Amino acid sequence: MTTVTPSLAGAEDAPKRSFRRRKVLGGRARTAMLLSYLILIGLALIYIYPFIISISASFKTDAEATQDALGLIPQTITFAAYERLFGDVPFPLWAGNTLLISTVVTVGRVFFDSLAGYALSRLRFRGRTAVFVAFIAILSVPGVVLLIPRFLILQQLGLYDTYGGMIIPLLSTAAGVFIMKQFFDSIPVSIEEAARIDGAGTFRMFWTIVLPMARPALVTLFILSFQGSWNELGHFIVSRQSPELNTLTTGVASLVSGQLGSGNQFPLQLAAAVLMTIPVAILFFIFQKRIMNTTEGGEKG
Amino acid sequence: MANTAAVRTRRGGGIRRGEARAGWLFVAPAVVITLVFLVIPIMLALWVSFSDWNGFQSPLNPRVNFVGLENYAAITVDSGLDQKNFGISVRNNLYYVLFVVPLQTIIALLLAVQVNRAVLRGRGYFRTAFYFPSVTSTVAIVIVFQFLFTASGAVNAVIGAFGIDGPDWFNDSTGVFHGLLSVVGITQPSGLLAEPGFLGISGWEWLAGPSVAMSSLIMLAIFTTSGTFMLLFLAALQSIGAEIDEAALMDGAGPARKFFSITIPMLRPTLFTVLTLGLIGSWQVFDQIYVLGGTSAGGTISTPAYLAYRSSFVDLEWGQGAAIAFILFIFIIVLTLLQRWALAERGPRRARKKAGLL
Repeated sequence: MTTVTPSLAGAEDAPKRSFRRRKVLGGRARTAMLLSYLILIGLALIYIYPFIISISASFKTDAEATQDALGLIPQTITFAAYERLFGDVPFPLWAGNTLLISTVVTVGRVFFDSLAGYALSRLRFRGRTAVFVAFIAILSVPGVVLLIPRFLILQQLGLYDTYGGMIIPLLSTAAGVFIMKQFFDSIPVSIEEAARIDGAGTFRMFWTIVLPMARPALVTLFILSFQGSWNELGHFIVSRQSPELNTLTTGVASLVSGQLGSGNQFPLQLAAAVLMTIPVAILFFIFQKRIMNTTEGGEKG
Repeated sequence: MANTAAVRTRRGGGIRRGEARAGWLFVAPAVVITLVFLVIPIMLALWVSFSDWNGFQSPLNPRVNFVGLENYAAITVDSGLDQKNFGISVRNNLYYVLFVVPLQTIIALLLAVQVNRAVLRGRGYFRTAFYFPSVTSTVAIVIVFQFLFTASGAVNAVIGAFGIDGPDWFNDSTGVFHGLLSVVGITQPSGLLAEPGFLGISGWEWLAGPSVAMSSLIMLAIFTTSGTFMLLFLAALQSIGAEIDEAALMDGAGPARKFFSITIPMLRPTLFTVLTLGLIGSWQVFDQIYVLGGTSAGGTISTPAYLAYRSSFVDLEWGQGAAIAFILFIFIIVLTLLQRWALAERGPRRARKKAGLL
């Protein structure tokens, strides 16, 4: 009971304070609050409603999706669009390719970027500063101008239109190296020093001691890499041409340009959009707090 | 400091032995990938932009000729279709930037201020709602927007309820400013405005404004990016803290006065970051245009980034495509350098100001 008393006292204190403030501000504050709720709910509807009616329309018939776009509940619920995705359209193949590529890219990026970030933060070697400055410079290379160069090099190396060409160029990013270096700069060296006296090799120490400590940064990098490679479009446009190598982004994009006969086929396209969004949506909801907080932390630092 | 320490340990050997080797081994994968798939390719593309390579065999084969600045001239000074396409794409993207950057900044700030209210219940839900569009793929968002903005779509149904006859958004090539001018009866250019001007585009064409189709893409961009920028503003707002807010209230400042005299000045660094990030991002718009086919709506949604792709991969004018990419590259690098310079500039000044206050 004794432990409860102080918190009770605090709880008693709080309403009194807010009561006093409310008296000062009067009813106007409450109206303002109500207004701000209304604005927020209105805005939230604008942001979320498009997704809801899109999901709903993916269960409609082509005709109903076109005529009654706003309708929340389909008059006749049909799974035709989804059946076509798994029948006429090689959607499972696209999903498989995306899953394979995103997994390899994510694992590779987390590993290579943390290795490099660790070396740039902790290990002393000639040329370290030069390498770091080079990475900083590369950070500002706009991704979209790399489309033509990437195609050229993949063609030269004979990697064009292969899984290798789709994966290897994405295995490391300057931004990832930078995030990891910043993180290692922020944690104390003392534990590593102790391990070093024990005589652990550099890689063993990195693997068994440093990486487990770096979990927050690794999770951040994992989220960024997975979401980035799952949603990547440009690189997969210029690194392949075979239909068998289509990813979800390039494959679903080809649905939009109407390669499947006439008509707009909204339910089919929307079904594809819904399915391709589910994995990133799950990731987003699992790591929601972290995603929102990393950005905040990153900005503050 | 670091240097002397390095020298000392190197001489001393001991527990830091092998560190240099490990260091290079550790950075090797990242360095090799960056060299092979970023630095060397850019050199290769630079060569292509000065060559007459047509996509056949390797760009390094001996039959490919150096043509100097010919490709750059074709899109900038030699009048013709290539110049006109480039000019139109620059105009399209310019209007895109002019609308997207201010609007996304204002909306992101508005969302952040609303979501930041201490008394608000369910702040997390609102944040999630506003941020969710930022994590989905552009391809999916384009599909959703095409569905919403089709002639008989949800948007036209909503504005139809107010008696407005909505356009066929993504296929309408009418410039918004041209549309407004036609309301007052001006449908034709006169005099100088009809003459071909900068980049082969007439003044009248420069003043067209974003097409209706491009306006839909502008809304799409705002929809997907405002959540990200909201988070940046939110972080800054939270670091301002409640004390200043309360002090302002005590001094009798109204909400509007408080917002413009206190919140905005304190958010200036973030505001600057958001504006420049938006500027850099908006000049790179590609995915949306590609998914929509790029040439729809009378060419009014084409951008330099898309045109670079199309010139190379579709029209096989590799030299011109690479030249467009490099012009864009240099332009964006200049924007980035400006941002870094301004951010670096402000750091010390702020510190000085603080010292002055103390």
